[in-house]
Amino acid sequence: MKIAVTSTGDSLDSEVDPRFGRAAFFLIGDPETMEFAAVANENAAGGAAGIGSASLVIDEGAEAVLTGHCGPNAERTLSAAGVKLYTGVTGTVAEAVELFRSGGLTAAEGPSVQSHFGMDN
Amino acid sequence: MPDDFVVAVASGKGGTGKTTIAANLAWAACESGRKVQYLDCDVEEPNGHIFLRPDITAGRQVTIDVPQVDSEKCTTCGKCGQICQYGAIICIKDSVLTFEQLCHSCGGCFRICSDEAITPKPLEIGTIECGKAGGIDFVSGKLNVGHVRTPTLIKEVKKYIRKECLAIIDVPPGTSCPVVEAIKDTDFVLLVTEPTPFGLNDLKLAVALVRQVNLPFAVVINRHGIGNEDVEEYCQAENIAVVMKLPDNRRIAEAYSSGKMIADVLKEYKEHFSKLCDDLGDIKEKLNEQGQLRIRRKNIQ
Repeated sequence: MKIAVTSTGDSLDSEVDPRFGRAAFFLIGDPETMEFAAVANENAAGGAAGIGSASLVIDEGAEAVLTGHCGPNAERTLSAAGVKLYTGVTGTVAEAVELFRSGGLTAAEGPSVQSHFGMDN
Repeated sequence: MPDDFVVAVASGKGGTGKTTIAANLAWAACESGRKVQYLDCDVEEPNGHIFLRPDITAGRQVTIDVPQVDSEKCTTCGKCGQICQYGAIICIKDSVLTFEQLCHSCGGCFRICSDEAITPKPLEIGTIECGKAGGIDFVSGKLNVGHVRTPTLIKEVKKYIRKECLAIIDVPPGTSCPVVEAIKDTDFVLLVTEPTPFGLNDLKLAVALVRQVNLPFAVVINRHGIGNEDVEEYCQAENIAVVMKLPDNRRIAEAYSSGKMIADVLKEYKEHFSKLCDDLGDIKEKLNEQGQLRIRRKNIQ
């Protein structure tokens, strides 16, 4: 199973980026093997960042997303592809993945913030 | 006589008195027997009606076309999502999602779809109301809450501009796209400011914009007497005409806050607006002599 974690940097030691659509990087990989690759987020600037970022992680084959906050457009897009969304995640990417593996995260039922949250935070 | 003349009342800073100037100018021009139209293009927060108190006689909805996808015909080829530059339509696995608020109505997705699965669907973005405020022809646009297609609605309001009259356009504040749309193809811009550091800063931005779009303009200083001399010194240095100085006066603020027209209830200020009206007539004549009157007004009936 592949998951995507929003990240402020390109390594597992980087902090989880609190924004989904405008995250600096996505660390995408398998939580069992801990093999992750960093994908720089081209959608971080400009409009429709959430939809573009959701499309990116879907195309990468991720089945779950770990992030801080996620807005309504991104949530709708992820949900259309059946991608599970986990919001409120903090700490380093490695810590977040570990928490996910241990079943310590609960999937979100909907968006955690309104549109444009990531433009001010 | 400033007939067949389109004047935009704009300002970089909000709250300088655009509507006060625009509505009172319309009132004074009408009092002097001119045919006048007032068009409220500040569609995100129109307030000209508070002062002009028009009788609304007609109204209509303004819609834009957004994509509607027929999932029976759609083969989820994804071309629609690839052509859309705004993320307003996207193909995700076996479904197509649309985000109407992001759509710019370019029509790209309708055209690129080889399955004829996408058809235009009208989405209401706002309304336009027309009526009469005494002798003034009144038109006002109002953007629906949550919608962002401000320039589109402004463009629709401006289609009501008529020839053979002085058309006064109440422009939104700032220097962004809605302002550009509102001042586009007008004959003259009045930039309303106040003599404060904030007023000056935003006036400079507005002047840069108006110069960029190559429109003739002049400055109106509202609340004259507060702040400092910097606005006037700037105008002098930049060779910008100051066509009106409306004094800072508590009675003006009182009239404003009870929705009354200054030119109506404070007779001593009526002549300020009558003079502004006459000055605009002179400006129009001068522009006409110089061959600078706009001739690009395609939309005017």
